[in-house]
Amino acid sequence: MAILVVAAHDGKTVRANVANAVAAASQMGSDVHVLVAGSNAGDAAKSAAAIPGVAKVLQAEDAAYGNWLAEDIAPLVVKLAPNYSHVVMAADSVGKNIAPRVAALLDVAQVSEAIQVVSPDTFVRPIYAGNAMATVQSSDKIKVVTIRPTNFKAVAGSGSAAIEQIGGTGGSGLSSFVGAELSKSERPELTSAKIVVSGGRGLASGENFKMLETLADKLGAGLGASRAAVDAGYVPNDYQVGQTGKVVAPDLYIAIGISGAIQHLAGMKDSKTIVAINKDEEAPIFQVADYGIVGDLFQIVPELTAAVEKK
Amino acid sequence: MKVLVAVKRVIDYNVKIRVKADNTGVETANVKMSMNPFDEIAVEEALRMKEKGLATEVIAFSAGPAQCQETIRTALAMGADRGILVQTDAELQPLAVAKLLKAVVDKEQPGLVIVGKQAIDDDSNQTGQMLAALLGWSQGTFANKLHVADGSAEVKREVDGGLENIKIKLPAVITTDLRLNEPRYASLPNIMKAKKKPIEVLAPDALGVDVAPRLKTLKVEEPPKRKAGIKVKTVAELVDKLRNEAGVI
Repeated sequence: MAILVVAAHDGKTVRANVANAVAAASQMGSDVHVLVAGSNAGDAAKSAAAIPGVAKVLQAEDAAYGNWLAEDIAPLVVKLAPNYSHVVMAADSVGKNIAPRVAALLDVAQVSEAIQVVSPDTFVRPIYAGNAMATVQSSDKIKVVTIRPTNFKAVAGSGSAAIEQIGGTGGSGLSSFVGAELSKSERPELTSAKIVVSGGRGLASGENFKMLETLADKLGAGLGASRAAVDAGYVPNDYQVGQTGKVVAPDLYIAIGISGAIQHLAGMKDSKTIVAINKDEEAPIFQVADYGIVGDLFQIVPELTAAVEKK
Repeated sequence: MKVLVAVKRVIDYNVKIRVKADNTGVETANVKMSMNPFDEIAVEEALRMKEKGLATEVIAFSAGPAQCQETIRTALAMGADRGILVQTDAELQPLAVAKLLKAVVDKEQPGLVIVGKQAIDDDSNQTGQMLAALLGWSQGTFANKLHVADGSAEVKREVDGGLENIKIKLPAVITTDLRLNEPRYASLPNIMKAKKKPIEVLAPDALGVDVAPRLKTLKVEEPPKRKAGIKVKTVAELVDKLRNEAGVI
């Protein structure tokens, strides 16, 4: 049976993590379909059709699908699900909101944040903030799975899947979208950035994050933060890297003034190379860092910024 | 309007967990247990609604072994009015908990259910959404701010790109994110008072719910360990390593 990947998108293109979800789905079965629901989702559907490994794109048009409300999208997925062995979504804020609603309506369990597909019914997923790995087997007829995008490498190249128009299911009338307060940034998105510069409590103020912005811009990096820095109001919530924030796995992660609570480590320890800058040499962050510098970040960061400039 | 909050008994936030030697799970014997931190936020939000006159009664629900009474007592000490425990020693997965909650909601008819967005043990992030689905209710997940008025709720949600505002019809299920509020500590007099508050104990069978797990845990293992690297003395040395050894800049 085929696999259904439910894609989030911005109206123009599907999110980058849809390609990761397709890669994960390809390990569960060979026939991968992508559902693109929206109002005016034609361009997004085309972008899904170009992902290698996609056999077919289902484009569902309905005014109710414009803002990705779980109450409206879930019935559509539930309607399609009986034709599929798996329903797969990326474990981002859209997938986490919708997938459990779909699973409950189908009366099946959901596997959250799978990091490995062992076999079509068996998955590895982190528990206890990544301090243990559970291998779970689903006995349900339809398996609803969210996957952690950083653990499934998108397949390179491009595809040209057929796009099939399907009908919508209408609105539920239960909820409505009022507006968004999205952070505007020219920097790469955290979860797909090749380099991430992150700041913690050690920065001591939101003002001091400017220093990190300069470094990030020099490196073409995304900017992240620890929960402590977000809770202290230095930066907005969407900067948070960690178990309850974003999970990142860039080539280079630079942790600045971050002590390294386990919840933070859970969000970044799969990074290829980790650098830690902290004045406390006992800070747990040094236990996962490839390269550490013990010292005053207010001295080191400007020095580092200057040093990366001259090649 | 009654508000129902669900509280889960989990290994305390500060405990470093140990995977059992036989790989069947995580050691829970003689380990400090506490209320799931996200559920504390749920209790706090319900109590604030009561203090503002928006809620008439706050009911704390839990499911699991008899010791979950302690978790409910914590909620009662914070200020919840009464508790309901669905007592079972069986393994409970999110779908089963959502079904138990639905049965209790059918009985109690709350106008709002508030639960933590995820539990810090299994990290599933499912129960609230599943409950909303089973009830056919709206859901306001990952709430950063909640405003209830006139049969609806405005929810500010924490999403990937920042914040999102939605308006949902009541009754509804809310799941809490970290910054919704800062939970209070129970005062000693309130801890004493909580001992006299009632906790109703029910069995899953009495609610007509089959709690059999759908996911079978084959094994639980330690994650691969990352080796600690080296400390460098100077920024120049760091940049050299990043360029020539790691090749990442």
